[in-house]
Amino acid sequence: MNKLSLFSLLILVVRRDLVLAMRRRADVLTTLIFFVMVVSLFPLGVGPEMDMLRKMAPGVLWVAALLASMLSLGRLFSADYLDGTLEQMLLAPQSLSVLVLGKMASHWMVSGLPLVLMTPVLGLQFDMSIEAIAVLILGLLLGTPILSMVGAIGAALTLGLRGGGVLLSLLVLPLCIPVLIFGTGAVEAVTSGLSVSSHLSLMGALLVLALAFTPWVTAQALRISME
Amino acid sequence: MLEVSNLACSRGDHRLFSDLSFALYPGQIMQIQGANGSGKTSLLRTLCGFIIPDDGKISWRGEDVRELDEAYFAEMMYLGHLNAIKDELSALENLRISAGLSGTELNEKDAIAALRRMGLRGRERLPTKVLSQGQRRRVALARLLVSDAKLWILDEPLAALDVGAVALIQELIAEHLARLGMVIFTTHQPLHVAGMEMRCLSLS
Repeated sequence: MNKLSLFSLLILVVRRDLVLAMRRRADVLTTLIFFVMVVSLFPLGVGPEMDMLRKMAPGVLWVAALLASMLSLGRLFSADYLDGTLEQMLLAPQSLSVLVLGKMASHWMVSGLPLVLMTPVLGLQFDMSIEAIAVLILGLLLGTPILSMVGAIGAALTLGLRGGGVLLSLLVLPLCIPVLIFGTGAVEAVTSGLSVSSHLSLMGALLVLALAFTPWVTAQALRISME
Repeated sequence: MLEVSNLACSRGDHRLFSDLSFALYPGQIMQIQGANGSGKTSLLRTLCGFIIPDDGKISWRGEDVRELDEAYFAEMMYLGHLNAIKDELSALENLRISAGLSGTELNEKDAIAALRRMGLRGRERLPTKVLSQGQRRRVALARLLVSDAKLWILDEPLAALDVGAVALIQELIAEHLARLGMVIFTTHQPLHVAGMEMRCLSLS
């Protein structure tokens, strides 16, 4: 029997979660459909005024992405908690942070990436320009992993609580405000002809910060929740 | 070896046990006895580090397990009430993944051999949701066969198992003790390991 390296452990966790997601496809689709529905409701509610819709688009898409990612966060650890897999993960002789990072990565691939891929279509629905859509996608690509990672802390803290879903949103949504501001700010900058690099670099910095700290914090939160 | 000294643990305001001391040496087996709610599972979970004890110390090879942390986890294996298997995955996938989580890479041949020994021949590739409770427990117990952990902490390992499987578990435990492993477990069913002195710890 060979010892697993940290990297192959990471791959193992990501692959496991992706296989599970593929066999439980309804969960993945609900997040995506929720995102599409929320975004499509706005033009119906606000009316078909092109100028207003174009202005609203980045904000609407970002808020919808935020809410959609909240929807799937509750499932991040709860299934593993209920069937006892989480106990085994806490007893893993390798770093728990690496396991957590693997779960975050697969959560993003299953619930964040599909939203990013859906964005061009929804952007066209709001008559956004090609440059604006490109910046929006770039922002979402940088921002949605942050939502998964920060959300994981909340998911770990609210594990096993009754009504944890609402509490989770209350805990995590305020922490996601910077991501929302920089994400929509970048699109506004490009539509008014300014440089987007400052917004996107700040978002990149947030992503690096989240990568460095959230796995460890989530691991500690899981240990507290298991007691 | 596992040494526990003056351990005290409570859940909420209720003190489960205090001043609990014992030592477990290689090749020894110990059964935790007690009525429902006497703290058997809590004791085992404390030994795993899930619950932080109010007082006392748990040491492994003379060092505090809280400091050893991952080095201790590498040498122990915990099997709780929950099977830690996924309904959507097959028995084979479940076993290989749980071996991976405990840090060893398990090839398909060894995994199938372990599952067959657990009496799951022909069911290796079925999703575990179609298996019965006892068969799912067997999948979970197959982890004992593929682990090289020294210390086994087993919470009700015999629950849901039939007579044949109970005999098999007794055999596995005897083999483990012969390799100078250690076992600490709880059960409400009689478990006899041939040629071994069973130590008992009663919680009241």
